[in-house]
Amino acid sequence: MAAADGDVVNIFGWLTDPANWSGSDGIPTQIGYHLLYSAMALLVALAIAVPLGIVIGYTGRGEAVVAGSANALRALPSLGLLVLLFLVISPVVTGQLVYVLPTIVVLVLLAVPPILTGTYAGIQNADPDAVGAARGMGYTKRQILVRVQLPCALPLLLSGVRGATLQIISTATIAAYLGLQGLGRFILDGRAQANFSQMAGGAILVAVLALLLEFGFAALGSLVVSPGLRRSTKNVPSSPATITATA
Amino acid sequence: MKKRAILSAFAVASMLALSACGGGGSDPLSGGGNDKGSAGSEVFIGSAEFTESQLIASIYSQALQAKGVKVKEQFNIGSREVYIAALKDGSIDLVPEYTGALLSYLDPKSTAATQESVNSELTSKLPDGLSMLTPSPAEDKDVVAVTKATAEKYQLKKLSDVAPHAGEMVLGAAAEWKTRQQGVIGLRDVYGINFKDFVTLDAGGTLTMAALTNGQIQAGNLFSTDPGLKSNDLVALDDDKSLFASENVVPVIKKAKENDTITKTLNDVSAKLTTDDLITMNAEAGTGTNLADIAKKWLAGAGINGS
Repeated sequence: MAAADGDVVNIFGWLTDPANWSGSDGIPTQIGYHLLYSAMALLVALAIAVPLGIVIGYTGRGEAVVAGSANALRALPSLGLLVLLFLVISPVVTGQLVYVLPTIVVLVLLAVPPILTGTYAGIQNADPDAVGAARGMGYTKRQILVRVQLPCALPLLLSGVRGATLQIISTATIAAYLGLQGLGRFILDGRAQANFSQMAGGAILVAVLALLLEFGFAALGSLVVSPGLRRSTKNVPSSPATITATA
Repeated sequence: MKKRAILSAFAVASMLALSACGGGGSDPLSGGGNDKGSAGSEVFIGSAEFTESQLIASIYSQALQAKGVKVKEQFNIGSREVYIAALKDGSIDLVPEYTGALLSYLDPKSTAATQESVNSELTSKLPDGLSMLTPSPAEDKDVVAVTKATAEKYQLKKLSDVAPHAGEMVLGAAAEWKTRQQGVIGLRDVYGINFKDFVTLDAGGTLTMAALTNGQIQAGNLFSTDPGLKSNDLVALDDDKSLFASENVVPVIKKAKENDTITKTLNDVSAKLTTDDLITMNAEAGTGTNLADIAKKWLAGAGINGS
């Protein structure tokens, strides 16, 4: 990377150098890898957290245990867990998987708690009037869940997914620690090679990527959330979180 | 009124105490006020912050004490930036060093790699008032290691043997190796080695060791005094074209403190210390054994305390 001239930190120069925007370790490729790891982790986290959140929100059981342990997982230091998982699985797993698996697991553990919380809280906080009305109209419990409670839960669920995505995007840089690609490559290699413009450039790209996704989720929210949920039409705003989440 | 007077007196006193803390705490090495190491008759022995450096410093310390030299131990000072400064300002008088690393600290542009060139360049580049004694054959340098199975499969003993088989081998090392002459670049230019792939792991740490022993990588950057080389049955390939700078252990001492007894004692230690000894002692230290005891045991084995 030609932009590093000794001690001079030229972040703008690094970001605008065409040489850094092409090739197998260029910025677009690394953003691609970064998004790939993030998407994999997010999908796994969704597959775990949404069904679990629905069960907890619907039955009202297990909230303390599951939510408590999920939140405890958040406190695990990601980097330590990454190295530990690598050391544990490296004798039995071969190929690229030995690097990918610990990375995805660490990211999933970060992403599950916010999605889980958003899902069950959303279902529990679904407008009781709407649920009562649906019941009065002869909806079965299943119909109430799918047609009333889940759509009502969507704003909170989405805000959980949004939080999880930000966590994943900012933490996916640790993939580089296990020799994988992604924007963390610029940060780690920049530090190791004393190329601080590359290091700062990588960090800025992560922040920009997170912001773009944040805007993307805001737009998504306004598309999929029922308009009735976005306006504070009720006399008593029983769930202020619902309103802010879609703002 | 009285109460308030007491309170304000207390406040003033605690402020004074706080500022005194700030003043005294700024330089922990200046321990005895202005009475720095060089001023007294004692030899202040320092060390870097990692185990091996403390081990060697402890050996120096006990060897000198056995000859009746008064010493004071100031181990675990920090990185090279810190303890070289301490050496210059006289807070410490003696520190164990590694020739290649010290040279590249003093002259980052130096390309010396062989033992002779490193030693002669280092001698000329040492700061005024410091001198180095005779370097030991013991070395803690970068090595490329392979498992015994890989070594047998490809008949590998030295780095020049690797080139024909490098296309089937993945190298694991720290990120800085990717762009370093004493890394991937030099392996390619000096030895003609083009590895199949490069995986960024850590500098001779747990990740590289695990990946190497479990077959995720076939060659890894480790350090020559790593106990894992022995315990995991690894082969450190001989650097037959001197790509990696030699890193012999050497005592660096304040000239003002040098005398015949000290020079002779430390040179005796250096002459007897080997890389294998360092591997063994690092392994013992890894089990939590007291460093001073390990040093004592080595000195007894080398017959230095007895005379």
